[in-house]
Amino acid sequence: MTATPQAEARMTAQFLQALAACLPAEGLVLDEAGRRAYECDALTLFRRLPGVVAIPEEIAQVQAILRLCDDYGVPVVARGAGTGLSGGALPHAEGVLLNLSRLDATLEIDPDRRLARVGAGVRNLAISQAAAPHGLYFAPDPSSQVASTLGGNIAENAGGVHCLKYGLTVNNVVAATLITIDGERLTLGSPLGEAPGLDLLALIHGSEGLLGVVVEAWVELLPLPRDKRVLLAGFAEVTDCAEAVAAIIAAGVVPAGLELMDRAAVVAVEAMVQQGWPCDLGALLICELDGSAAEVTAQSERVTALLKTHGADHLESATDPAEQARIWSVRKAAFPAIARLAPDTLVMDGSVPRRRLAAVLTRIIALAEAYGLRVFNTFHAGDGNIHPVILFDSRLEGELERAESLGQAILRLCVEEGGSITGEHGVGAEKVDAMCDQFSAAELRQFEAIKAAFDPRGLLNPGKLIPTLNRCAELGHLHVKDGRFPHPELPRF
Amino acid sequence: MQEADLSRELSERVAEAARRGTPLRLVGGGTKAWYGRPVAAEPLALAGHRGVVDYQPSELVVRLRGGTRLVELEALLAAEGQWLACDPPRFGAETTVAGALAAGLAGPGRPYLGGLRDAVLGVTLINGRGEVVRLGGAVMKNVAGFDGFRPMVGALGSLGVILEVCLKVAPRPASRRALALALPREALAERAEAWWRAGLPLAGAAHDGERLRLCLAGSESAVDEAVATLGGDEEDPAYWSALRDQRLPFFRDPGAPLWRLLLPPGACPALPGEGLVEWGGRQWWWRGEAPAEAVFAEAARLGGQASRWRGGDPRAPVFAPLAPPLLALQRRLKAAFDPEGLFNPGIHYPEL
Repeated sequence: MTATPQAEARMTAQFLQALAACLPAEGLVLDEAGRRAYECDALTLFRRLPGVVAIPEEIAQVQAILRLCDDYGVPVVARGAGTGLSGGALPHAEGVLLNLSRLDATLEIDPDRRLARVGAGVRNLAISQAAAPHGLYFAPDPSSQVASTLGGNIAENAGGVHCLKYGLTVNNVVAATLITIDGERLTLGSPLGEAPGLDLLALIHGSEGLLGVVVEAWVELLPLPRDKRVLLAGFAEVTDCAEAVAAIIAAGVVPAGLELMDRAAVVAVEAMVQQGWPCDLGALLICELDGSAAEVTAQSERVTALLKTHGADHLESATDPAEQARIWSVRKAAFPAIARLAPDTLVMDGSVPRRRLAAVLTRIIALAEAYGLRVFNTFHAGDGNIHPVILFDSRLEGELERAESLGQAILRLCVEEGGSITGEHGVGAEKVDAMCDQFSAAELRQFEAIKAAFDPRGLLNPGKLIPTLNRCAELGHLHVKDGRFPHPELPRF
Repeated sequence: MQEADLSRELSERVAEAARRGTPLRLVGGGTKAWYGRPVAAEPLALAGHRGVVDYQPSELVVRLRGGTRLVELEALLAAEGQWLACDPPRFGAETTVAGALAAGLAGPGRPYLGGLRDAVLGVTLINGRGEVVRLGGAVMKNVAGFDGFRPMVGALGSLGVILEVCLKVAPRPASRRALALALPREALAERAEAWWRAGLPLAGAAHDGERLRLCLAGSESAVDEAVATLGGDEEDPAYWSALRDQRLPFFRDPGAPLWRLLLPPGACPALPGEGLVEWGGRQWWWRGEAPAEAVFAEAARLGGQASRWRGGDPRAPVFAPLAPPLLALQRRLKAAFDPEGLFNPGIHYPEL
């Protein structure tokens, strides 16, 4: 689903003129310097100059733009803040890059019903900030929350540190206004919490802009936790730390957050923000517990005992907000601290069963050695969502390619261990090929059929999320199920 | 627990039905046959495809065949000190897990515990082409491909045959107690919300027209503390499973049709008949003689929605009408899974 000659022919002067008529004066970006600002999202390895950039300010303008693109057969890539990590907002060279960040005027809190009506361009954190005076907040908190928009969160089904206890975006959104490729405005779900017929609301979560454009949503708000405690535990061995994670989950404690950093990440962080940890620390675990004071105390005792049983030799417990913020700053410093150790980094994202974490980490270390590259691990351990960071230097001949192959090998490992090639970053442009490892031909065809039900001509974010069967065959990465070769209909080379 | 893997037979039956263009009526435990519009099609029995495929208590995940009885699953989980973390109703011991998922119904704990929609991690489906497709997975976080498994919840079997389901489970609350308080119905919405925000371990908040009833579930200390704070009369928690499974006298009363209304908390329908309200004022059960159009209109006036639950004219609509473009999109989505329209045709709407 790359640019077809037809699409190129259709972004004509006439089309651009009609597009300009849909938008406010500042809303159309044609000059190259202006378009350059949109050539990539947070996955900067992938860059492409968009054909044209449209910045609507009202829902009706989005409808008009999509209708126009449908008429002319022009591809559309929707974008929020551009903080995505999988190239989901990588532009189409002969298409419209639809910047939705100005759909940020609507932010209405209904404190009695604990709901908020929110424009797609509103930043995630702004929702919680607006809800805070009512003692409420919006639970999904991707690390990008200062910048990322609700529309982007829905497109990616964003998680974050606290989704272990409070669910993903899909579990916290009750209704959304979707504009379809033919410009129709649909309400999916309902502020009542359910709607008759098929659950399209759930389906558009994580659909990466391939099914329609979400312009507004109703989200559920939660009461701010009454009490909170943050525990920090140091382990000599990363495998012990991973076993402690599995033990905490198995014990039935659901922490609000459970984050692991391996030795390399700890050393990197210690070098940047001196915490005075013992230098032989093999791994760090951060565990946040929340609830009523009694619950927090009971859970904290339980978790502390488990941490000790699994060999934690350094323990801190923070009850006051400043201390808690200090511990979390360690976790937040991890990616920047790692990034300054090499000219380039590749942040991976995969997900595995929690009981397999120790084995997975051991296998990743072995893979990194085999590829001759350094890999740091700092991730959402509680839900088995790993983020290995591969360090490399793209100036060295072949090193980018080596880093990318190591990344692919790690993703295949996740699938082998019963997990997924992406836990929260999405497939985007980055992992289209890796989809071939996880899904069979019938499953990929099912995805295509879903896509066609919403967007029969494939104009919405083409080339992302779903690989073609031919592409999978070319790569030779074929998901083999029950020992049967899954693409018998395709020629092999 | 009985085990049988009928995947192959069922796929062949579906493929055969696709070849012949014969619609199928999917039958699980048969305990919700009255729910939705009547389906005139050849029955496809699914209850025999049953058994747990994988249960890792330490992982808090269970994978099982669709025909597994809900009560059997719960017994299995209880033996490990776990539960589903939500309370789907069972209108008989034969209710299957796939049937519960397809109906997408939730019990009294819905506002406080969530529903099956929040618990499902993956579904293996036979689609209308007779292909077995695995959607979602067995891990907590997975954003690879479309979340094609999520619309199975509440689809009433219209998208395919659910062969396997992978669910999140949770530690079972140590304590469960029930209270009845002498408070008027008007107090339910506001009080329940305030108690929940204050951190009381609510698992149900209802009013039967006489008394406000609460179900509390959580750690022993939290539940005991809530009982001491709230006062009222303690009663048998069995009330709550009877409410969930509609075994209370209110539901047994024959005669007038029974409606389910979802309303903004605090709203009260102006309709002839009598009601029982739960979900902290959000869900009403309403029994009364009123034309379907009048009930839909009253629900809409209050900013809510209605569905005809049991009884009444079988030709009358069950669910509130959809906007035409939304209905058209739902039809296209059904066709994406079931191009020949084999599965439970017309169960939501005549056109779907």
